[in-house]
Amino acid sequence: MKLALLLSAVDPRIGGVLAFGDRGTGKSTAVRALAALLPKMRAVVGCPYGCDPEAMAGLCDPCRAKSEPQSRMVPVPVVDLPLGATEDRVVGALDIERALTRGEKAFEPGLLARAHRGFLYIDEANLLEDHLVDLLLDVAASGENVVEREGISIRHPARFVLIGSGNPEEGELRPQLLDRFGLSVEVRTPDDLPTRIEVVRRRDAFERDPAAFIAKWHKEELKLRRQLVAARDRLPDTAVPEAALERAARLCMALGTDGLRGELTLIRAARALAAYEGDATVIDAHIRRIAPPALRHRLRRNPLDDAVSTTRVERVLAEQFGA
Amino acid sequence: MSEAGGAATRPPELDPWEDAALVARLLALDPTGVGGVVLRGFAGPVRDRWLALLRRLIAEDTPFRRCPLNAPDGRLLGGLDLAATLRAGRPVAERGLLAEADGGIVILAMAERLSIGTAARLAMVLDRGEVVAERDGLTLRNPARVGMVALDEGAEPDERPPPALAERLAFHLDLTAIALSDTGGDPPDAAGVAAARTRLADVTMPDAVLEALCGTALALGIGSARAPLLAMRVARGIAALAVRDAVTEDDAARACRLVFSTRATRLPPPQQESEPQQAPDQPPDGPPEPQDAADKPAEAPDPPPTEESPETEEEIDPQQLQDLVLAAIQAALPADVLSRLQLANAVVARGAAQGKAGAQKASMRRGRPIGTRGGELRAGARISLIETLRSAAPWQPIRRAQRGPGGTAFIEVRREDFRLMRFKQRSETVSIFAVDASGSAALNRLAEAKGAVEMLLADCYVRRDKVAVVAFRGSTAEVLLPPTNSLVRAKRSLAGLPGGGGTPIAAGIDAALALADAVRRRGQTPIIVLLTDGRANVPRQAGAGRDQAQADAMAAARQVRTAGVTALMVDTSPRPQEQAKRLAAEMGAHYLPLPYSNAAGLSRAVRAVAET
Repeated sequence: MKLALLLSAVDPRIGGVLAFGDRGTGKSTAVRALAALLPKMRAVVGCPYGCDPEAMAGLCDPCRAKSEPQSRMVPVPVVDLPLGATEDRVVGALDIERALTRGEKAFEPGLLARAHRGFLYIDEANLLEDHLVDLLLDVAASGENVVEREGISIRHPARFVLIGSGNPEEGELRPQLLDRFGLSVEVRTPDDLPTRIEVVRRRDAFERDPAAFIAKWHKEELKLRRQLVAARDRLPDTAVPEAALERAARLCMALGTDGLRGELTLIRAARALAAYEGDATVIDAHIRRIAPPALRHRLRRNPLDDAVSTTRVERVLAEQFGA
Repeated sequence: MSEAGGAATRPPELDPWEDAALVARLLALDPTGVGGVVLRGFAGPVRDRWLALLRRLIAEDTPFRRCPLNAPDGRLLGGLDLAATLRAGRPVAERGLLAEADGGIVILAMAERLSIGTAARLAMVLDRGEVVAERDGLTLRNPARVGMVALDEGAEPDERPPPALAERLAFHLDLTAIALSDTGGDPPDAAGVAAARTRLADVTMPDAVLEALCGTALALGIGSARAPLLAMRVARGIAALAVRDAVTEDDAARACRLVFSTRATRLPPPQQESEPQQAPDQPPDGPPEPQDAADKPAEAPDPPPTEESPETEEEIDPQQLQDLVLAAIQAALPADVLSRLQLANAVVARGAAQGKAGAQKASMRRGRPIGTRGGELRAGARISLIETLRSAAPWQPIRRAQRGPGGTAFIEVRREDFRLMRFKQRSETVSIFAVDASGSAALNRLAEAKGAVEMLLADCYVRRDKVAVVAFRGSTAEVLLPPTNSLVRAKRSLAGLPGGGGTPIAAGIDAALALADAVRRRGQTPIIVLLTDGRANVPRQAGAGRDQAQADAMAAARQVRTAGVTALMVDTSPRPQEQAKRLAAEMGAHYLPLPYSNAAGLSRAVRAVAET
């Protein structure tokens, strides 16, 4: 799961991470930790969406109008979508405060706007209400949020990495939403004693003295961040040879995944992995390692076969690579 | 500190009320740390007495709020305060119930009927210690460090609070076993608890004890990392109550017993059970290992002298300690837990916690309003007046200005304000498969029947229906799978379905009907799909003949018709049976001989039945 999160930070286009697992396996904790790891990004001052001054195409309308936008470094947003959120807060609506006190119509950006260029985290994604899922699907597909309400019409960019977590026993995820996640991982509790003791011990240390704990692990975090930044820099130069493309295509054909999203994700993830590990080209080892999380939720499946889809990927992998 | 002393040297038998009182003290001591307690038992004097005890243990000014079952999100998490907003002319946020209870205790009424959605919201609050809500144009962030008492009035073993919530509450107390005359005991010592609270932060946890805690959790098959964490906090609490600076093994054992015994999914491996018996000749601070409840307390009076010693001696063998703790838990595991565990193991090796998790999901969906959403007013939609007003309120100044003077409406509501009630799908169907797994059916085509059920399951998945499986063979019927929409579980329970034995059709129909009744009470629509060859040979009463068995089956079938439950009868015999047809007729069921239908046809048939 850690690797999947890091890779989606290296290349946001992989398209998010879905973490499914039992209760108490630290899914939410891992996602929240990501926020601290991410290097800051450059954003236009005063822009509610945190536009990137260097990417002209993806600017919101007000930013595009500015000729020489000022910018500053801001932390990458990791936005929580809490359960029970109402629609208006997700997509944005009129600013109630200003409407009431001054009688003005002003748009107040919602969570989607805040998550632009960052991460949107949905805990218990399988419990999300259907009409919110519809909304998210639409925005995630178009990268743009359109709001029509109270006679105002606003469109603004909303490109974010979707991160979901949940417990499959509490309900399944809609296939359309499932497809939006680039990587899917299963989280299990470690079942060796030393690891488990260490988990409890660290948690305890944090609770008793948060400041000391953070200071202690700060170095590790910095190291990881440097690795992340280096991987991002290397990403454009990481080559994907024809052979790797063919491998990916063969794999997906053997597994019978729907559409081309599987191949695309697989290649992107493999490239991110190569960059993360400092390799110049994508080789089979990368593909092999990243194929299960990239493909296992895309199999055209008998809905009953959920438990074994990982095994199916593994089997095809063995066939393809063993030969 | 008479209380604390009482905790360390408890009376010779495991007194459930003593445990309950300790739990109350621990909860009062550190509500946020331990999360709370699931209190199983009907409303009654015992429960009232426990709650009163808890109330007296916490400080007078600490919030102690009761949360009704159907509290809407606005009330639970907070939202726009309509009345105040209109009065003040600016948005006024209303703090939710959870935020109001910050620092105190929230009582969740009828927790066994909480929806998973609500449970997830509560779990979020427990995890973060604050309420985060994005509602009604407001972003709310209020501290809510609460402990929760989930009142679980479930009558059936299946009716339990949602696992996501129960997981986060350290204690699972069963009050049903406590008689009113057993209650009482020590008077509440609020001052002692308050004093212990100041000490709590300084209680240290020896590494060996921590390792033993984690090892015990592992040995009992407890997968979640939360359980040992909770047990650790509980152990600290016990030590603080007993005025000790460090957690002793006795504290740890007690904490494990309180926290782990209801969470255990398997018995510790036998090698660890036998080891303690060889332990007596080990270090002097390890008293002879107790093997059952009667032995354990015999050792309990000893601890005071040894208590000081383990801290000064740096040698505590975690392994040995873990065995001690395990022994204490085994003594506390109720007998039916063991049999349940064995049963679960016998049927099929399941993943950790799964056996319980599914069972607890039974009461999650009901036909009741679950919130509102924006939308058009159309036939059939019901408007939520309050929510509509709430969404219209903020825009009144703008609208008044647009309209100009002369308007008469006090509040102008426009179409985009409409908020419609959302209900849980009223049409949600639960297909109850009553599968004949008897010898005659096994002979014929149990495998085919299983295949057909799997096909139907896939179909149910598409329609988002729930499924339940009842199997009957030998002399009884059992519910293999309570209503669930987890197909993985359904498939697993089918795969583990053994065949052979007599054909107790009456028992099978009775069980399916009982389940259908429970389903209907939850506002869902049951469908019974009976797969059998119709040749009943086991009557309700043991000893009666085959004819009686057939008559019983017919009688049971008539009850289905009387109850008005939609039914489908699939004849699994090699060629259509007259008996099966008659049975179907008595049930008022659609009759479908399997020889003529492949699995796809079967699936169509169920759909047709479901839609009538």
